[in-house]
Amino acid sequence: MKWTEFLQNLLAAGIARGTPLLFAALGEMLAELSGVLNLGLEGIMLASAMTGVAAAHLAGSAWVGLLAAVVVGALFGVLHAFLTVTLRCDQVVTGLSLVFLGTGISSVGGAPLVGLRQAAPHFAQLPIPGLCDLPFLGPVLFSHPWPVYLGFAAVPLVYFFLAHTRAGLNLRAAGETPAAAAAMGIPVARVRYLYVTLGAAGSGLAGATLSLAVTPGWVDGLTAGQGWIAIGLVIVGGWRPLPAALGAWLFGAIHRLTLDLQGTAIPFFQDPNTGFFLNMLPYLAAVAVLVAASLGRRSGTAPSTLGRPFVPGTTR
Amino acid sequence: MRLRVEPRLVPSRLVRFGAPVTGLLAGLLLSAGMLELFGISSPRALAAIVQSGFAGGLYAISDTLTVATPLILCGLACALAFKARLWNVGAEGQLFLGAWAATGVAIALLPEGTPGWLAIPAMAAAGFAAGAAWGAVPGALKARFGTSEILTSLMLVYVAAHWNNYFIYSAWSDRGFQMTRLFPRAFWLPRVADLASIWPGAAGLTLHVGFFLALLLAAAFWFVMFRTRFGFELKVSGISEKTAHYAGMPVKRNIVLVLVLSGGLAGLAGACEVAGVVHRLQENFLPGYGFTAILVAWLARLNPAAIVLVSFLLSGLLVGAREVQPSGIAMMLQGIVLTCVVAADFFSSNRIRRVP
Repeated sequence: MKWTEFLQNLLAAGIARGTPLLFAALGEMLAELSGVLNLGLEGIMLASAMTGVAAAHLAGSAWVGLLAAVVVGALFGVLHAFLTVTLRCDQVVTGLSLVFLGTGISSVGGAPLVGLRQAAPHFAQLPIPGLCDLPFLGPVLFSHPWPVYLGFAAVPLVYFFLAHTRAGLNLRAAGETPAAAAAMGIPVARVRYLYVTLGAAGSGLAGATLSLAVTPGWVDGLTAGQGWIAIGLVIVGGWRPLPAALGAWLFGAIHRLTLDLQGTAIPFFQDPNTGFFLNMLPYLAAVAVLVAASLGRRSGTAPSTLGRPFVPGTTR
Repeated sequence: MRLRVEPRLVPSRLVRFGAPVTGLLAGLLLSAGMLELFGISSPRALAAIVQSGFAGGLYAISDTLTVATPLILCGLACALAFKARLWNVGAEGQLFLGAWAATGVAIALLPEGTPGWLAIPAMAAAGFAAGAAWGAVPGALKARFGTSEILTSLMLVYVAAHWNNYFIYSAWSDRGFQMTRLFPRAFWLPRVADLASIWPGAAGLTLHVGFFLALLLAAAFWFVMFRTRFGFELKVSGISEKTAHYAGMPVKRNIVLVLVLSGGLAGLAGACEVAGVVHRLQENFLPGYGFTAILVAWLARLNPAAIVLVSFLLSGLLVGAREVQPSGIAMMLQGIVLTCVVAADFFSSNRIRRVP
């Protein structure tokens, strides 16, 4: 295999595998910028990935599966918003409880689905006519299931929304200085409810993308820590959409790299024992990138009230 | 008529204990509903759980206490870190490495004929050290660079799992099976069943000495937390790191120390599991004790006596849930209960008044 072909396959698969991370990270970014930390991504992704396969199987349509997954994600978001905004619970603990809840639901509801891999409908590759024939770029960028293209579009959309619209500024004000935002007439609690829900729906979309498009089918523990990596990407990307997206695609590629390296002719990588250590790669890379990010910048880019509930009438 | 929420300045005893208990009951009710939603008969499932977890006589209690052992140890590990508001959510990984290190000492390091009095402490020490080292990594990264310990400790769980897999599947695999060979009999933790020659009723009781060690460490936890300077410093750091720093407390050193001790306790739990229960390292032999421990610590409000009690209750759930299919039920029930208890906290620190 020529190295260009190797690189082409790696990048193409990386972009596909990075798309669930991308949706989850962008959603989390919205929630965090409004001031609410949601650590429940892993559980939400699992529950919605399972729901996606189950609904697609029952209805015979991948679209129904996707819709159901997004709705489940949003429901988790409403629950999290209720706990953190209305009841002002500790956001770390509520997030962890969502992880338990989502993981458990996915495992119980998914038990009958294990092994359905072939039967459930899913989204096939949708090469873009014309563009997909480009050398190198065609296979890398333009021969994917459609959610991957939605991922391409989501990055500039979220960027534009956050930087250049009134609603985006209100969202950031609610997370940065809620007291001032409230004084200006922004309904802080409502804004947080909205973006926590929307953000969790992003995780729902991420789960569905994973189980209906990228690696179709359900196995227990499908996400294998991707929800946590997505949270890390938000931090590493400094709460900005483009760096987070690049990180998502990079991690998609790293995930894929562990498989691809074992397919090469290099004896070191063909030794099955190397595989155990290659499997650690995405997680070690996540730690390394998190450390690099904390080295590169002192605090200041994180939303200043992240994790703290807003009590109307106080100036915190 | 309107409703207004106002904080309770001094929560009464009644609400402080009543709120979590109410949350627990609400959680169980919701769990029953959720089970029905998935087409599982909830009365039958709950009856099976209670029967095999608690009400099945001496054997059931012995099984439950055996499962409670790693929960108590990991619960203490989490509680120690949470007291200082350090979110060590990677107890599962520290537990894995503790189990790995104890196994390594037993099958790769010590000669077969080593007496138990030497081997068992060596395995325990290795388990503690390996867990501590695994906890030290997020601790050092947090103290030195301010990296989120939540994410790093969690990522390291996956690394530890793959690390163990290498030894289970390859390096220490017993004739290609997904497990190591059995430890020599002398290396097993003493069990209640060993007393059968003196008291015949003890035959078949699998409870091992690790449980009593866990109780001892719960007492030590109480002592450290409420009677030593280190414990006081932790609590101050937990409430306000700036205050602790201003008062001249070694905040950064404490961050590392807390995660080292926390990881060590979880590692010890791993060592107890391999030396006391399975007597080998094998694939998937742990049902997520390290994660359940987060729930234990929180339900117990970080109080060591309550950790023992909550561990007992939850381990009954885990033992009982083995009998009920599918296997994810225990995890789902834990999630529902934790959510409800966390929500109930609101009512112990706030009250709702009617405003005319």
